[in-house]
Amino acid sequence: MNIHEYQAKQLFADYGLPVARGVVATRVDEISQACTSLGGQCWVVKTQVHAGGRGKAGGVKLVRSITEAEDFARHWLGERLVTYQSDAKGQPVHSILIEKCVEFTQELYLSVVIDRAKQKVVFIACAEGGVDIEQVAQRTPEKILQTSIDPMVGPLPFQARSLGYQLGLNNEQVRQFSRLFVNLVRLFIERDLSLLEVNPLVIKTDGELFCLDAKANVDDNALYRQAKMRALRDISQEDPREAHAAKFDLNYVALDGNIGCMVNGAGLAMGTMDMVSLYGGEPANFLDVGGSADKARVTEAFKIILSDEHVKAVLVNIFGGIVRCDIIAEGIMGAVAEVGVQVPVVVRLEGNNAELGADMLAKSGLNIIAAQSLSEAAQLAVKAAEGQQ
Amino acid sequence: MSILINKDTKVICQGFTGTQGTFHSQQALEYGTQMVGGVTPEKGGTVHLGLLVFNTVQEAVKATGADTSVIYVPAQFCKDSILEAAFAGIKLIVCITEGVPTLDMLLVKHKCDELGVRLIGPNCPGVITPGECKIGIQPGYIHQPGKVGIVSRSGTLTYEAVKQTTDAGFGQSTCVGIGGDPIPGSSFVDMLELFEQDEQTEAIVMIGEIGGTAEEEAAVYIKQHVTKPVVAYIAGVTAPPGKRMGHAGAIIAGGKGSAEDKFAALEDAGVTTVRSLAEIGTALAKVTGWQIK
Repeated sequence: MNIHEYQAKQLFADYGLPVARGVVATRVDEISQACTSLGGQCWVVKTQVHAGGRGKAGGVKLVRSITEAEDFARHWLGERLVTYQSDAKGQPVHSILIEKCVEFTQELYLSVVIDRAKQKVVFIACAEGGVDIEQVAQRTPEKILQTSIDPMVGPLPFQARSLGYQLGLNNEQVRQFSRLFVNLVRLFIERDLSLLEVNPLVIKTDGELFCLDAKANVDDNALYRQAKMRALRDISQEDPREAHAAKFDLNYVALDGNIGCMVNGAGLAMGTMDMVSLYGGEPANFLDVGGSADKARVTEAFKIILSDEHVKAVLVNIFGGIVRCDIIAEGIMGAVAEVGVQVPVVVRLEGNNAELGADMLAKSGLNIIAAQSLSEAAQLAVKAAEGQQ
Repeated sequence: MSILINKDTKVICQGFTGTQGTFHSQQALEYGTQMVGGVTPEKGGTVHLGLLVFNTVQEAVKATGADTSVIYVPAQFCKDSILEAAFAGIKLIVCITEGVPTLDMLLVKHKCDELGVRLIGPNCPGVITPGECKIGIQPGYIHQPGKVGIVSRSGTLTYEAVKQTTDAGFGQSTCVGIGGDPIPGSSFVDMLELFEQDEQTEAIVMIGEIGGTAEEEAAVYIKQHVTKPVVAYIAGVTAPPGKRMGHAGAIIAGGKGSAEDKFAALEDAGVTTVRSLAEIGTALAKVTGWQIK
């Protein structure tokens, strides 16, 4: 789960990390008071969306008057911000964070992540911040500094000192950096985060370290024990179909193609999409209907797939392991009839009683094409989507 | 021989009396797995599916001599259950449950390594040595004793590979689902090492998916240490970056973990790769020279 920058900064503040005191505005008429309460002559206005790359997309601006800030808010509130990290539709802007300008001399990069290969929490630092860190990592990997956190002892100040001196910080800054390091890792672990990023961490003109940006993602699997984080969820930033599917315990990811896919198992669902693509089609979605694939779930899955108007055919691929295929076939027929599916549905059943299941589908009188194999199913679905059956 | 488990493996089930534990223990017993008891706190002393229920793993191990445990408890209790088994002297732990917090797994994995305990999963279908021992949620009937070792990050994709090797008449030595989480108890490399040493295993099928670098690490290992033919398939060529595809670990992030990178690494290591998951069986026949039945 992603959270907004202003929420991440509140978390940072709770952990004693140096962040700006900002004000969040959701209406244009709140801007003037926000600027006045912050004081000064110069502010940064930042759209609050769940996507990186806001600056490049025009979603972050330095303004020197209240009018300019209001113009920015008028332009963005209610609009969608498209960044290189978002999809083509972009993310809706419902709030704007306003902060006082900070003058700085240098930008650095910090993050805390889980390194899957090392199987540890890893703290990453780079003296070149404020830019796309992936590019720095690619061009000059030696500039990316890392230290692993031992799961038994946690973050230690000596690790921070070592990083700090390598980053070129002076003694006073290294002292600040040590506190920053320990508190960032504590925050990561205590809040069950999956990503924590400060890009940039700046050195202000007075020499102090300061977190100019803050990004935090939470491990979905740990939300059950993170009530505070759960409360930060902003549904408006999620794809409505994906959020709807999640309510029914279905894993759905919207894609750009026109062949809807309904599969049991996440790996097989990806494999099925790949088969569609291999035969020249384009999958409209990823959907894992789960192990049982009973009528209620299949019905809901059809509704979600068909809510995408681009879908011209649906490919159902079920490996009936423990559940018998004839029972799955009954569920599919019931769901197709109940939902009133108009597009052709190609079904491939494999496993227990697969032939009986296919036979029932073929004789159903519904718009269902029973395929004998996965290759055949993918080819039939591609043809059906092109309008040839 | 086989790897990890065989007809002599003595298995207990944690979360034995729950819905999942009950259903899959019943299936395992019917398959012939040597289930010797179960653990559900507060239900010790009762009998379930004809087997004794214990309050703690320690009691169960003492009374039954179990060396292996399968875990079906809800995700929030997995850290406790896995470590309970590890500290009680269980040598192989298979955790089926999906949804274990990643930070729990970091600690669990560290401790299991320290104690010398092998953990398979979580978020996996389990382990099966056909005809001898089934631990997990796999449909037993699609398997057949034979010569192919299968290791996979996905459940139903494993069944596809199993079905194809059974239909072709090759059969399987052991099939291991290592699970779809970012921090799995065992990796591809761990299983490749065991398959390479196992006499019964003549060829290996490896099924990977997007996310992380486990397949790339496997490719390096294969190049240096594996002499048996390996056929590999990677799911998720069409998956967009930054999107989690069902499994917690299936996400292309920070420019890492794409299917193309994994295919390339494996091909570079001399592995036979297939782009269509329907061609695993035929690719095996081609690389080994075996006749398809």
